[in-house]
Amino acid sequence: MPNTAGSNSDKKGYNKDSIGNILLVAITVCLLCSIIVAGTAVALKPAQLENRELDIRQNILRAAGLMGAAAQPAEQVNALFEQFSVKLIELETGEYSGAIDPGKFDQLKSTKDPAMSTVLSDDGDPATLRRLEKYALVYLLEGEQGIEKVVLPIRGYGLWGTLYGYVAVANDFDTIDGLTFYSHKETPGLGGEVDNPEWKALWPGVKIYSDGQPAIALVKTRSSTPEQAAFEVDALSGASLTSRGVQNLMRFWLGDRGFGPYLKKLSGESGV
Amino acid sequence: MSTAREVLLDPILDNNPITLQVLGICSALAVTIKLSTTLVMCISVMAVTIASNVLISLLRNVIPANIRIIVQMTIIASLVIVVDQILQAVAYDLSKSMSVFVGLIITNCIVLGRAEAFAMQNGPWRSALDGLGNALGYGLLLIAVAVIREPLGAGTLLGYTVLPSVSSGGWYYTNGLLLLSPSAFFIIGLIIWALRSWKPEQVEEPEYQITHSAQFMETV
Repeated sequence: MPNTAGSNSDKKGYNKDSIGNILLVAITVCLLCSIIVAGTAVALKPAQLENRELDIRQNILRAAGLMGAAAQPAEQVNALFEQFSVKLIELETGEYSGAIDPGKFDQLKSTKDPAMSTVLSDDGDPATLRRLEKYALVYLLEGEQGIEKVVLPIRGYGLWGTLYGYVAVANDFDTIDGLTFYSHKETPGLGGEVDNPEWKALWPGVKIYSDGQPAIALVKTRSSTPEQAAFEVDALSGASLTSRGVQNLMRFWLGDRGFGPYLKKLSGESGV
Repeated sequence: MSTAREVLLDPILDNNPITLQVLGICSALAVTIKLSTTLVMCISVMAVTIASNVLISLLRNVIPANIRIIVQMTIIASLVIVVDQILQAVAYDLSKSMSVFVGLIITNCIVLGRAEAFAMQNGPWRSALDGLGNALGYGLLLIAVAVIREPLGAGTLLGYTVLPSVSSGGWYYTNGLLLLSPSAFFIIGLIIWALRSWKPEQVEEPEYQITHSAQFMETV
């Protein structure tokens, strides 16, 4: 039997519990482990990024109702995604912009760049974004009669962290067509139900604007008047703060500082 | 000294890490909702336990006693990060649905327990067998729990419908309790009970005898 812990090893003149050996083992183990970890992370990065991109594409397709909840092979997802034309818009004006190639634009990264984003003051930041980007990506699904749907990236704070997702708007630019969240930190079973397909199925058909302002509300009981109920969605049970977060982020992103100007411009063009 | 066969097969029934040693319960509750996540978790734990046992066994004569736990943890943590990175690269959807629980293999007591109790005293080959045996014991129990939880809780097994649920037009009323963590406690408890009735030598001796008067007090 080899020696038990705490005694010297059998090699002559070698004391494994000496200070020198402790430092040597500690440093060597740390170095080797960090090389292995860093090596794997670097080597697998391209595959991971591809997976993340694919996941985001699947979520855009789900928001637009082009794909079910089940995952699909990459070729199929990419083929479906080809139907979208990706464009860059300037949020403030709602105009298309050619400032950056949409294929290379990383919207979330741009919020950290002072030249590409602005700080939101506390009272103008219901979704707790802190910084708002200047440019945003939009995904247009075009048919023979022009735009059929437009998918917009949204995000905002729930209870434990930021929810990231996509909302699809129908071509009257006043009706939700679908909603997905691809990343969130809400409590599983309560706020985590934001990605429950049954709850997401409540969203298509919900009206957005009342007197030019987004009026979407997550409520415990829907109003008895149909005019009011058109803006309402059942809140998630047991998750008031997540529901409030979703309401705030929907109102913010569809409002004047989010995609409001862009959607108004589109609805003016289509003459609805 | 036990034979290699015993080292490999003992942890499966006679010295099961979950039912006898009662280790690794946390992840057993978390990942057994679906059989697919359970299988991925079992394979990940197997890879980490075997690799950490072999590495620590190779280093056992060099690791100073004072910092041995830290050295073991560093090696285990690195292995877990590697496994997590590989999962993110090859099985993104599964790694997303398992979220933090792959990372939490680091705190799975089975891995550190086998490193400290077995690999520090045995050669690499026997340590590898011990790691494999314990991971199999852990895995079989997890699979048993998942095979009970997924069909009764969601009506599916590996995503295929076994009991058509009412919400998708069938006749089976899904039992929501089985999708919540406490149900895994009940199932593991029942399995431990069944196993100890079958193999009474696994029943622990009571640490102290309850006196007659105390028994009476408790019934009041």
